[in-house]
Amino acid sequence: MVNPMNLQSHSPMPTGITGFPIAAGASTEVAQNIRITAKDVSVSYGDLRALKSIDLDIAENRVTALIGPSGCGKSTFLRCINRMNDLIPSCQVSGEIKLSGHDIYGPEVDVEVLRRHVGMVFQKPNPFPKTIYDNVAYGPRIHGLAGSKGELDAIVEKSLKRAGLFDEVKDRLDRLGTSLSGGQQQRLCIARAIAIEPEVILMDEPCSALDPIATAKIEELIDELKQRYTIVIVTHSMQQAARVSDYTAYFHLGELVERGDTNRIFTSPQHAKTEAYISGRIG
Amino acid sequence: MPNHHIVQAFDAELETLDALIAQMGFMAQKQQEKALNCFLAHDKEAAKKVRDDDEKLDACERHINAHATQIFARRQPVAADLRTVVASFKIAGDLERIGDHAKNMAKRTKRVGDIPILAEVSGSLRKISRLVETMISDVIKAFTSRDAGLALAVLDQDEAVDLLHKCLISDLLSHMKTDTASIAAGTEILFAVKNIERIGDHATNIAEQVYYIVTGRQADEGDGAA
Ligand SMILES: Nc1ncnc2c1ncn2[C@@H]1O[C@H](COP(=O)(O)OP(=O)(O)OP(=O)(O)O)[C@@H](O)[C@H]1O
Ligand SMILES: [Mg+2]
Repeated sequence: MVNPMNLQSHSPMPTGITGFPIAAGASTEVAQNIRITAKDVSVSYGDLRALKSIDLDIAENRVTALIGPSGCGKSTFLRCINRMNDLIPSCQVSGEIKLSGHDIYGPEVDVEVLRRHVGMVFQKPNPFPKTIYDNVAYGPRIHGLAGSKGELDAIVEKSLKRAGLFDEVKDRLDRLGTSLSGGQQQRLCIARAIAIEPEVILMDEPCSALDPIATAKIEELIDELKQRYTIVIVTHSMQQAARVSDYTAYFHLGELVERGDTNRIFTSPQHAKTEAYISGRIG
Repeated sequence: MPNHHIVQAFDAELETLDALIAQMGFMAQKQQEKALNCFLAHDKEAAKKVRDDDEKLDACERHINAHATQIFARRQPVAADLRTVVASFKIAGDLERIGDHAKNMAKRTKRVGDIPILAEVSGSLRKISRLVETMISDVIKAFTSRDAGLALAVLDQDEAVDLLHKCLISDLLSHMKTDTASIAAGTEILFAVKNIERIGDHATNIAEQVYYIVTGRQADEGDGAA
């Protein structure tokens, strides 16, 4: 059994950090354990500085929403957390990101193992052109999480259940994942992400291609998933950020302008730029 | 912060909300002014008009609530917009109560004749009424100009009202003790004073709402930003 805190493919690591309050002094912000810490994170694509010295803590078992105008760097920040930016040749990342206290850009980190701990769900549902079963079984197989067919079946069932999809697909697990509706496909992608028992789930506009009912189902699911996972979601819907998240971070032109308790951000933002953006004013 | 929404219709809706509240505030203040005048002048005709006009204030409140509800449904306001729309329900409610108190005072006109006890306190009555009328007009000005300082000033004015209210009550009581024939009329005046004092409380409530709209904090929270 792999230690869930262990980002390396070998040698065990110490346990995660606990007990750091998020924002001391703000009475509505109950102290939370921090799962991810970003310190002085800057990202550039060639000459373009996409993120400028971002400091941001992500609370464990909470939903953190990243909001901001198009091009402000939300997706870039999200991709730093599972090192997806490594795949972009022009992309340069500096600063420090710690997951459970471990530097994910450390020299000994195995990126594949990191991505086991940090799953991702994208804007457009992107199931593999495989059966529903194989979509979910894929991760556990390559990471060797199941010792037998029976164990694998159990993981697939559990993941589909947690993604709120099992009852709708249990009689047709051998059908193509791509044959499902958009909303079902997105829940299949969530099932696929959680099948490998990540600690963190990153979601980049997961509902932007979905209708209100499919969106409501995903939002309901996010509410349940946060009991087990730490969730970071990028959304363009202010109402969605207000509905699903505990904390909200507002990005503007590559800078983190304001972060805090979601209830506060949407009733009394501190920064004029945040207020202008969330209330739809010309900035 | 830029003042204009990308969706201009939203700006227009918020401007309408402001205008409706300003108008209702002006009407409420006029009602109190008229109620006091007819009370002091024993003018039963004018008193009836004040009572009848109260319906207009009620209609204003319904209009504001309907308009604010539509803004919620259409715009899902956040931040200062959200605080404004939420507060507008409460402000309209307080203005409606101010109207009720003015109406009550006007109603008492027919039960208070041209009697010495009224003449004795008419100066103080006028003074306390002017105070609360100013509170209403100031708090509406604070609202339309989003002036937190003026809202705090209105909160301070309420202390003067309370002080004057106490003095008036004790004056009235000592009159009634020495001249027991004045007890019936004196009691009516006492209730009228109470009406005016309550108007001050409602103006205070509105001032607290305005402070919250402007700053995002409760007036008693002070300056400590989160
Ligand atoms: N692969 C890339 N190569 C070069 N530049 C990129 C790349 N990805 C993003 N950028 C640039 O980095 C900046 C931030 O982009 P990013 O995709 O992080 O923004 P975003 O906040 O997610 O925007 P949106 O809301 O439109 O998804 C933009 O200026 C964008 O053009
Ligand atoms: Mg993006």
